[in-house]
Amino acid sequence: MKVEPRRIQEFLGFMVLRLCIGVVLFILAVIFFDIISKGIGVISWEFLTQPPKDGMTKGGIFPAIVGTFAVTVITALLAVPFGMGCAIYLNEYAADNLFTRFIRISIRNLSGVPSIVYGLFGVALFVEGCHFGTSILAAGCTLGLMTLPLTITASEEALKTVPRSFREGSLALGATKWQAIQTNVLPYAISGMLTGAILGLSRAAGETAPILFTGAAFFLPDIPNSVFSQFMALPYHLYIMSTQHHNIMLVRPIAYGTALVLIVLIFTMNLFAIILRFHLRRMKKD
Amino acid sequence: MIVKPKIRISNFNFYYGEAKVIKGVSMDVHPKYVTSIIGPSGCGKSTLLRCLNRMNDLILSARPEGKIEIDGVDINDPALDVVGLRKRVGMVFQKPNPFPKSIFDNVAYGLRVNGVSDKIIIERKVEQSLKGSALWDEVKDRLKDNALNLSGGQQQRLCVARALAVEPEIILMDEPASALDPIATAKIEELIVELKKQYTIVIVTHNMQQAARISDQTAFLMQGELIEYGKTSDIFTKPKKKMTEDYITGRFG
Ligand SMILES: Nc1ncnc2c1ncn2[C@@H]1O[C@H](COP(=O)(O)OP(=O)(O)OP(=O)(O)O)[C@@H](O)[C@H]1O
Ligand SMILES: [Mg+2]
Repeated sequence: MKVEPRRIQEFLGFMVLRLCIGVVLFILAVIFFDIISKGIGVISWEFLTQPPKDGMTKGGIFPAIVGTFAVTVITALLAVPFGMGCAIYLNEYAADNLFTRFIRISIRNLSGVPSIVYGLFGVALFVEGCHFGTSILAAGCTLGLMTLPLTITASEEALKTVPRSFREGSLALGATKWQAIQTNVLPYAISGMLTGAILGLSRAAGETAPILFTGAAFFLPDIPNSVFSQFMALPYHLYIMSTQHHNIMLVRPIAYGTALVLIVLIFTMNLFAIILRFHLRRMKKD
Repeated sequence: MIVKPKIRISNFNFYYGEAKVIKGVSMDVHPKYVTSIIGPSGCGKSTLLRCLNRMNDLILSARPEGKIEIDGVDINDPALDVVGLRKRVGMVFQKPNPFPKSIFDNVAYGLRVNGVSDKIIIERKVEQSLKGSALWDEVKDRLKDNALNLSGGQQQRLCVARALAVEPEIILMDEPASALDPIATAKIEELIVELKKQYTIVIVTHNMQQAARISDQTAFLMQGELIEYGKTSDIFTKPKKKMTEDYITGRFG
């Protein structure tokens, strides 16, 4: 039996695509294996609950965990509500004119600005301009600004998935635009909006550059006591442990441990996003 | 006897961006009549219909020109309350578009957004509207079910019920039976004839027999122009224009 050429093409095409997936998964697996195998050894209750000791060669990373958590909360408070608000305005209300097109392009461009530039901007605006000093608040706001374009774009995408017939159906019954959005658009877009927001936040939680000049500290024995305190953060701690410490080889395990905690934290956030999405999608069906 | 028209369209043009899709249409729609709009696909029937409750406002590039009056009031007047207009001019869409909520909540939606909160009034109105759209007997035991579980024909009648609940004066229907089987279609048609007693109805349809069966007046639209408009019996038995005759006898379109 003769095999048609298009069958062969199909077979080869699929093989190439499978190969692509395979390569990506392989690289991911290697990274995970490396970090887990080298980091798991230092993870202990003490590591998670104690501050660094003995010139940061012993002890734990508790202040860094708390710091990253606190900064991420500030980031969320800024990026999520404003991101959703902007997206609703742009997608539901804004006319299509030169001005709004300019806004849209600006948002696209903002998401391409390198994070170190946000860091510098944060110094000028929040640390100095708003007199927040180098603090959790200044760093959180800087990360919030950096995350904003991401949450806006993700929220807009989520709004676009709601069919126009839902909006038209409500308006045709004499609903105001805001009523239509509230009752027949947001409930079906919210899971997508939140998923996008959480993914944006998990990216922000792993950033170093924006917090470098705005509040992250090399070493603090205590956990911060207000939003105006300086703080330790996981990504920055990792950076220090792997490049700035006076005995890098000695603290390598701590660096790997920190990396592992950071990754687990970020994965937990992403997992939460997935669960949320799943849950809300089920609710939508009932 | 001269009746004041419910809707008066005079010299109306409509553009999507640069494209002119309605060209100088003028027609009067009588109160408590069924008026059908027929014409080949893409001639602008839906567009014209959607101009009557300003549904095209949602489309950013849309631009109306000329006058549409309802009870003598220009509906494109910038000062006009669009929300109030849409409450008076209900619409049933070509594709059934129930909200993914319960059957009850679908019908109650229009009442709630219009500020009715009394449970007893809402319940009574929901029942009335579902009876009005001949759906009550089929759904009365499962009002809490999701409306998406209804059949296509039931969904469309639910959309009619939803529109009835807010007590409009005019009901616009865009090919309400196009997705339905003959039995469901017959039900919708019966319903339209029944509704005529209380409402002014404008319906877009591709089905010539349907237009002939249920409408009092028929408008034939082609490429955005109103070719002929008059009593349905006249249009179908002695059309004045050659084009109309060709279309209704199926020689093109
Ligand atoms: N949102 C839009 N933007 C631009 N052009 C549009 C839009 N909607 C419709 N049109 C165009 O306007 C013209 C009229 O469309 P309309 O939907 O009114 O036709 P129709 O008579 O209802 O057709 P059908 O019988 O197929 O439903 C078509 O040429 C269509 O391509
Ligand atoms: Mg149409």
